[in-house]
Amino acid sequence: MAQSLSAMFDKMTRQFKFKISRRWLPYLLSLPALLTCIGILIPFFTAVAYSLQRFRLSQPAGRRWNWGENYLAFFNDSSFWNTLKVSVTYAVLTVVIELLLALGIALLLQKRSRVNNFVSIMLLMPLMTAPALAALMWKLMTNPGFGILSYFVKVLGMPNFNWASDPQTAMFTVVLVDVWVYTPFIMILLLAGLRSLPPQPFEAAALDGVPRWFVFWRITLPMLTPYMLTATLFRAIESIQQFDIIYAMTQGGPGDRLTVFQVEAYLNFFQSTNVGRSAALMMILWALTYFLSNLFIKNWLRLRERARGEA
Amino acid sequence: MYEKEKDLVDAFVRGTISRRSLIKSLGALGVTAGTAGMLVNMATTNAMAADFDWMKHKGTKLKLLLNKHPYADAMIANIENFKKLTGIEVAYDIFPEDVYFDKVTAALSSKSTEYDAFMSGAYMTWTYGPAGWIDDLNQYIKDPAKTNPMYAFGDFLPGVIKSCAWNGVPGGALGSADAKQWCIPLAYEQNNLTYNKRIFDANKLNVPKNIDELLDTAKAAKAVMKDGYGIGVRGSRSWATIHPGFLSGYSNFEQKDLNKDAKGKLTAAMNTPVSKEYHKKWVKMIQESGAPDWSTHTWYQVGTDVGAGKSAMMFDADILGYFMNGEGNKEAGNLAFSGFSANPAAKAPTPNIWIWAMAMSSFSKQKDATWYFLQWVTGPEHDLFGAQKMNLVNPARASVWADGAFRDKMTKSYAGYVEMHDTSAPGASIKFTPQPLFFDLTTEWASTLQKMVAKEVPVDEGLDKLAESVNKQLADAGL
Repeated sequence: MAQSLSAMFDKMTRQFKFKISRRWLPYLLSLPALLTCIGILIPFFTAVAYSLQRFRLSQPAGRRWNWGENYLAFFNDSSFWNTLKVSVTYAVLTVVIELLLALGIALLLQKRSRVNNFVSIMLLMPLMTAPALAALMWKLMTNPGFGILSYFVKVLGMPNFNWASDPQTAMFTVVLVDVWVYTPFIMILLLAGLRSLPPQPFEAAALDGVPRWFVFWRITLPMLTPYMLTATLFRAIESIQQFDIIYAMTQGGPGDRLTVFQVEAYLNFFQSTNVGRSAALMMILWALTYFLSNLFIKNWLRLRERARGEA
Repeated sequence: MYEKEKDLVDAFVRGTISRRSLIKSLGALGVTAGTAGMLVNMATTNAMAADFDWMKHKGTKLKLLLNKHPYADAMIANIENFKKLTGIEVAYDIFPEDVYFDKVTAALSSKSTEYDAFMSGAYMTWTYGPAGWIDDLNQYIKDPAKTNPMYAFGDFLPGVIKSCAWNGVPGGALGSADAKQWCIPLAYEQNNLTYNKRIFDANKLNVPKNIDELLDTAKAAKAVMKDGYGIGVRGSRSWATIHPGFLSGYSNFEQKDLNKDAKGKLTAAMNTPVSKEYHKKWVKMIQESGAPDWSTHTWYQVGTDVGAGKSAMMFDADILGYFMNGEGNKEAGNLAFSGFSANPAAKAPTPNIWIWAMAMSSFSKQKDATWYFLQWVTGPEHDLFGAQKMNLVNPARASVWADGAFRDKMTKSYAGYVEMHDTSAPGASIKFTPQPLFFDLTTEWASTLQKMVAKEVPVDEGLDKLAESVNKQLADAGL
């Protein structure tokens, strides 16, 4: 009797479990993604709401919905256009320089050898440094009193080269730090791409005696383009959102030479407590990033299809 | 404690014998100065407990948010006495200054109940107060049931305590009759001259007495310094560039940041002819004799450069000079101090001040117990302890400045410091107009100053543009 009861209970439990799992399994499986989505979307839409308000923490009585006023105000705000110009300039300069440099280094290290492997690992070191720390390190190296780089430029006959503290050279200096930190990131992506390219086209070109520059332009570069686009996408998104290097080195100065979006938004929130303007700036930055991502991904997909012979 | 020693210390606490007599008598009994200090502290704690029910909130636990600073060090060094006196437990988080105010803003804007009280600058209360994040402390100060009769609120230096009180009306006078006491000072900084006596003496340089002499002396100092520069002043793109030396000199010419009209509307006041003239001199001084990387200089670079002998002098916080004259600095013992009136026609210096104060979070769940801590940490006993035994300089209480032991300590190692303070203290206060856009407008002022020094914009044009922008922002904000 006891045995038959136990068997019946086991059967019921299995049936019940099966029914539960069949019914809830899809929801259970998608639950982590759903929770993550909610976790991202709540702050995002909160920021959207803030950007549509006149909201300054130091004037709580003046808080009200002003809908698009924060955005409309940007059209006549010279500091906003300066921020846009500085952010785009910074992103273009860093991405282009890093891409070219990384491509050159990757080509040099393409051939597998102990020395090349060792050098490629060593070149990754700056990437392991936190950007804010790298900025402080460069700040010391460019100190006019004791900085080693300031010493070198003095030796080279430029005693008044004041790096980040001079408006004429401030952008150059922060771009230099960015290049130092992030070039290895692109380099390692391109190196992986170069080493994974199929050997047949190169072997055929070698048999036909095709010049090396022709091989580079007509075979290597087109085949490497998806990797370059991927690297560019990551770096462009990160560069346009730059904060730590610039803030640690100059706080956006001298003047307003380096007031990129993140620095301006940060100062608006934490220093001026102008939540509305800060959120509107971040939404513009989000739109820019979204636009860039779409652009790169569409091109990347198009190139991939072309590579498969589908386009 | 032996009876004889106990009687002596109690007599001192009652005020029947002087400090000198106490030390002499304790010395005769074989008690060292260090032990004597400890005995006095214990006796003071006991005396405070006798007149007020300090144990009322025994068993409560408070949490503080503190900035990494010598003032916080003095607080922590003495905190066991507070615990013993009140039976209140105190925990604290300490953050470096770079991130400290971000942490405060995050805690308060999220209405966090984690912290009961925190260190604040007086300027910050112009944001925290109107936002409803901190309590008006008048309700406690004026309640005899909650405040120790020995608290001596009237003992605070008038310019300092008034600078912590504002009625919340944009442009309202600090310390007005209807002002709310948003915070209470722990200690404060005046902005005056700290100069390197070794360099000055070796090169026969005189201590400058006004802005023109300052320019000349800084230029002469730069000429004789091999790898250094003449004068250190702050230059980073921050409101903190304006408030120390720059505004102290500016206000000495009776110049203001903003005007308030009869209807209470605020307008920019920094493009007057006198202001333009002052700006031109200031800009010229930096171009001729300032740090080559001036535009990145915060208080830290200004201080360490004078401490390392890289600059001949600085026009900045006096306590920065105090710390740079201490052990561990290359120029320790060589730094001297002088009050500074930029305006040759001014009778005395009128330094703008920075105040580190304590404020109470409006979201605290145990406000009465928190007030016990605030009145203890800003009270005369702790202020004296900090000034004598620690580095709580400049103390905010007149009684501490009158204390012989403190004055002796300062006079012995810090040439001219006490005299500088005595000369400047009557005119020392916050010179800015309190209003909610303080940080926006002052940061823009610093940014404009950077452009002027970099010769990107002429001074006259830069100030007119700044005034135009300030007026627009004030109007947009309904001020």
